[in-house]
Amino acid sequence: MSKPTPRRFRAIVIGVSTGGVQALQTLLSELPQDFPLPLLIVQHISPDADDGLVRLLGARCTLRVKEADEQDETLPGTVYLAPPNYHLLVESDGRLALSADAPVSYARPSIDVLFESAADAFGPALIGVVLTGANFDGSRGLARIKRQGGIAIVQDPADAEAPQMPQAALAATAVDQVLSLANIAGMLCTLAGEHATPTKETVVHA
Amino acid sequence: MGEDIANLEIRLLLEGVHQVYGYDFRDYAEASIRRRLTHWLAESGFETFSEAQSRLLRDRAVFESLLAGITVNVTEMFRDPAFFRIVREQVVPFLRTYPFVKIWHAGCATGEEAYSMAILLEEEGLGGRYRMYATDINEAVLQKAGEGVIPITEMQRFTRNYQKSGGKSSFADYYTARYDRAIVAPELRKNIVFAPHNLATDAEFGEMHMVLCRNVMIYFKAALKERCLKLFDTSLLPGGFLCLGLKETLENRKLGERYEELAPSSRIYRKRYV
Ligand SMILES: C[S@@+](CC[C@H](N)C(=O)[O-])C[C@H]1O[C@@H](n2cnc3c(N)ncnc32)[C@H](O)[C@@H]1O
Repeated sequence: MSKPTPRRFRAIVIGVSTGGVQALQTLLSELPQDFPLPLLIVQHISPDADDGLVRLLGARCTLRVKEADEQDETLPGTVYLAPPNYHLLVESDGRLALSADAPVSYARPSIDVLFESAADAFGPALIGVVLTGANFDGSRGLARIKRQGGIAIVQDPADAEAPQMPQAALAATAVDQVLSLANIAGMLCTLAGEHATPTKETVVHA
Repeated sequence: MGEDIANLEIRLLLEGVHQVYGYDFRDYAEASIRRRLTHWLAESGFETFSEAQSRLLRDRAVFESLLAGITVNVTEMFRDPAFFRIVREQVVPFLRTYPFVKIWHAGCATGEEAYSMAILLEEEGLGGRYRMYATDINEAVLQKAGEGVIPITEMQRFTRNYQKSGGKSSFADYYTARYDRAIVAPELRKNIVFAPHNLATDAEFGEMHMVLCRNVMIYFKAALKERCLKLFDTSLLPGGFLCLGLKETLENRKLGERYEELAPSSRIYRKRYV
């Protein structure tokens, strides 16, 4: 008997800013409860926001949604939202970490901080997604994900409530998929279902 | 591939730093320290950590710059106003019952947290009845802390924090603005002792009524966290208060059962008498 091959990916990271509450509701509500990967999300948020976003998203989708805590193990089918006023990072063992370091490009949590540390921790087993936003956060991080062999998905700027963040991401690196929001959940399901093939590199089909 | 080498280099570098300079960063959470070291490397002009290492181990000045880069000292006046409000409303009544109160700020950075507490205690009538020990690993920030300089560009936010925390007076009463900086009033400074202390290697401070260690242990791995918590526990009198950052908890910690959280999610834990 051969062992089941491990999944090709270990996690998905998502960065989103202006227009994010709506975009995340749409995207996450289309993912099934048994979605096989953890989703780590930075939504730019005011430093003194409460847990309103966690509750809202939790109510709108079947995935488990929680605010990220330090040393959290990342579990499949679970959404981890970066807490207000902290950066969210990934340790090399895949556990979560928080930091109170200075804001990066005015943002704390910062998308780049999450993406860069996740790229170092997960390498090619990571999918990075940049959605709507009116700044440049996430583009450096997405480039790092690509350098480490991961997959980059960007919301089509024409489809985004604020196009700047997707545009900056597209300018920063060779992105694998540019999709409208409505098609991103489907793509994530396809990729999440893939298994590692020992012989040949798995190709992403357009 | 290249990235795994960076991880290895960082481990070797921290080992070298520990052996040569006695500073132990080996049990810090990797992702944050890597981020900061990468930053430091880019500014230092060395190509790789291995290249930096040979100079670092021989040249104290290079080490000092690394130390400044590794320890992050971001802080603010009345950070998390809700926390200070609970201290004011629910901790101060206990503190009032003592003739004299001793407080330890572990990882005080540039001192804003200690000055915030001093303001609060003065307003609550505890003036002259408290002493604070504010410690940090980084002597450069302690120097700044002792001078009582706070960045004037942040004053609006600090004032807002102060008001939200239940401040009873006008925040402007507590500092004098001079050019680009604000200096904390001398009355607030005189009861605070700033001193170097390394949570990874140094011993406890005795007989404290309150220990604050906020947003410091989030940078530590589990074993170093446990070490710190043990230090704080030994330092605290029964009935004393341990205050952690908003995203830190005693849940699932050995110490947990001997402490009671004052209000849900307040991260203020009271040490039981038995
Ligand atoms: C983010 S600041 C927290 C400041 C303040 N407590 C607050 O919450 O605003 C973290 C501080 O911990 C200090 N620190 C880091 N490692 C330490 C150690 N081993 N011992 C003592 N202090 C340490 C850093 O130098 C820095 O000033």
